[in-house]
Amino acid sequence: MKKIIELKNITKTFDGEVVLDNVSLDIYDNEFITLLGPSGCGKTTTLRLIGGFETPDEGDIIFMGEKINDVPPYKRNVNTVFQRYALFPHLNVFENVAFPLREKKLPKAEIDTKVREMLSLVALTGFEQRSVTSLSGGQQQRVAIARALVSQPKVLLLDEPLAALDLKLRKDMQQELKKIQKATGITFVFVTHDQEEALSMSDTVVVMSEGRIQQIGTPIDIYNEPENAFVADFIGESNIVDGIMLADRKVAFSGHIFECVDSGFGVKEPVDVVIRPEDVDIVSEDKGMLKGVVTSVTFLGVHYEIIVDINGFKWMIQTTDFVDVDEHIGLYIEPDAIHIMKKSEYSGMFGDYSSFSNELDELSDAESESEE
Amino acid sequence: MKKYAPSQRSILHKLVLAPYSIWAALFILVPLAFVAYYAFTDSDFNFTFENISRFFTATSMISDGEGTREVYTYLLIFARSLKLAVISTFICLLMGYPMAYIMSKASSRTQKVLVTLIMIPMWMNFLIRTYAWMTILQDTGILNGLLGFVGLGPVHIIGTESAVVIGMVYDYFPYMILPIYSVMAKMDVKLIEAARDLGCNSFGVLRRVVWPLSLPGVISGVIMVLIPSISTFYISQKLGNGKFYLIGDAIEGQYVANNLHFAAAIAFILMVILLVCMAFMQRYANKKAVVA
Repeated sequence: MKKIIELKNITKTFDGEVVLDNVSLDIYDNEFITLLGPSGCGKTTTLRLIGGFETPDEGDIIFMGEKINDVPPYKRNVNTVFQRYALFPHLNVFENVAFPLREKKLPKAEIDTKVREMLSLVALTGFEQRSVTSLSGGQQQRVAIARALVSQPKVLLLDEPLAALDLKLRKDMQQELKKIQKATGITFVFVTHDQEEALSMSDTVVVMSEGRIQQIGTPIDIYNEPENAFVADFIGESNIVDGIMLADRKVAFSGHIFECVDSGFGVKEPVDVVIRPEDVDIVSEDKGMLKGVVTSVTFLGVHYEIIVDINGFKWMIQTTDFVDVDEHIGLYIEPDAIHIMKKSEYSGMFGDYSSFSNELDELSDAESESEE
Repeated sequence: MKKYAPSQRSILHKLVLAPYSIWAALFILVPLAFVAYYAFTDSDFNFTFENISRFFTATSMISDGEGTREVYTYLLIFARSLKLAVISTFICLLMGYPMAYIMSKASSRTQKVLVTLIMIPMWMNFLIRTYAWMTILQDTGILNGLLGFVGLGPVHIIGTESAVVIGMVYDYFPYMILPIYSVMAKMDVKLIEAARDLGCNSFGVLRRVVWPLSLPGVISGVIMVLIPSISTFYISQKLGNGKFYLIGDAIEGQYVANNLHFAAAIAFILMVILLVCMAFMQRYANKKAVVA
């Protein structure tokens, strides 16, 4: 695969605050790459650096082999879909999409063909003369995408483009974006704080936190083989417990010795152990590798989400079997359900469900959506 | 929240609006009606077109360097007023637009300071400001003192059209800059970024995004400068030494001469012309907003 953009050791500070700390990232031709992280992790700044709206303090941005640190946005073969679309309110749908073509002074007939082609790609044929302010959020979104794609950029940057849409529409647009990306073959760089969105759409996911890249990988890698406690916690739900490697494929945690599939750690090396809530089987107490007391049960439709107290550490388990609060149960964990990570600065910060609450999760989600 | 039946609510609305409605009727509609009434009546209050037609047909002899000619008195005066007002408005726009743009891009602290600085002269009396310009522009005034000091020699300004224009620009400049500034300050920066992203250099951004979006501010600025400068009489008397008789002077002159009916007719015609101009400008702005 051909590298289209390279970020080399990029550092960026705003008012003395480090927003990006020595970030390096390769973006390949034709891929759908997602920058994922909580608000303030530097994902939007990374996007703006590629778009040309910011310049790095240190490091280089290479576009198709050429350094473009100081190239202004209008000379870059990169277009952006802005978070709140930034459509021109004084222009109708047709003219919004035609905007970049008119700047290039293309012949009228060519503009006409290209704009209509784009509008049909985003399923907005017939909306040409409509005022953009009269459109729904989803339609405005499509206009913004058509406008950004019409001049056939090499790379399309999307800054949380779905954040303002409601859930149903968001799901539809995810499918549609993926389809458009396949149809046009343009590299998409997508920014989001929604891990589900990232996993379902991307070829490559870049998890960021505090201005640094935590992990780069395919959605499956990121989910199954998180590199540290931050990634494990941010992508999906995780129980993260302290463990000690006894030997290759043998780990001790929560007072029991488990078979696992990881190797290559030092003997007696302290590690973080990740077990996904859906990978734990509930068995009777006497057959369990671990024993615990159920402290809460929530019905979520597809499954129950239960919290189990095991020696004071609360685990989250997703199960289709009903168990009752205060029931004593046993847990059975397969070797390949256990994922071992090296200790990191994030060790001990995540993965305990003692203070877990859905409500708090939603609150912090709403907060990150209101950024900018 | 307590719900009101529609009829109850509309009574409440009317009550709340009553003071304003009465005020508007008493001080806007009634005087306008009087102007129209006087414009179409003679001194015995019989209906007549006499005053209106006098505006368009009255002639007088003027003599200048090229000899003596007969001219339509009030049409000439109106044309002169229009010329000076358009020049002043244009200068205000030329200076105010870039300044409003720069202001809207400044830090919010700087913006507050600048807005205050622009408003301070408005707190001073209009007459005092004009008198101040008399002393500045006089042949032996401050300006000529300065020019003489740097060796650019005395320039004769007071009593020329330039002096009148300077006075108009100074007095009405805030009315140009503030509406443009308030539109620009509300403009979404993302739109400018989007334009740059889509291939516009700085000039393209200005021409294709900033200018069309700021047009409403420009239109109200132009209206707010053009109208008072077309009808002013004081500035031309003080800074033009009374040599440039403007339409405002004509109205004032007829009024002072107790010729109320003709004064009302000039005022009425001026009003109609301005309303038509404004309507055209709004039409243009709306059309421009769609096509551009």
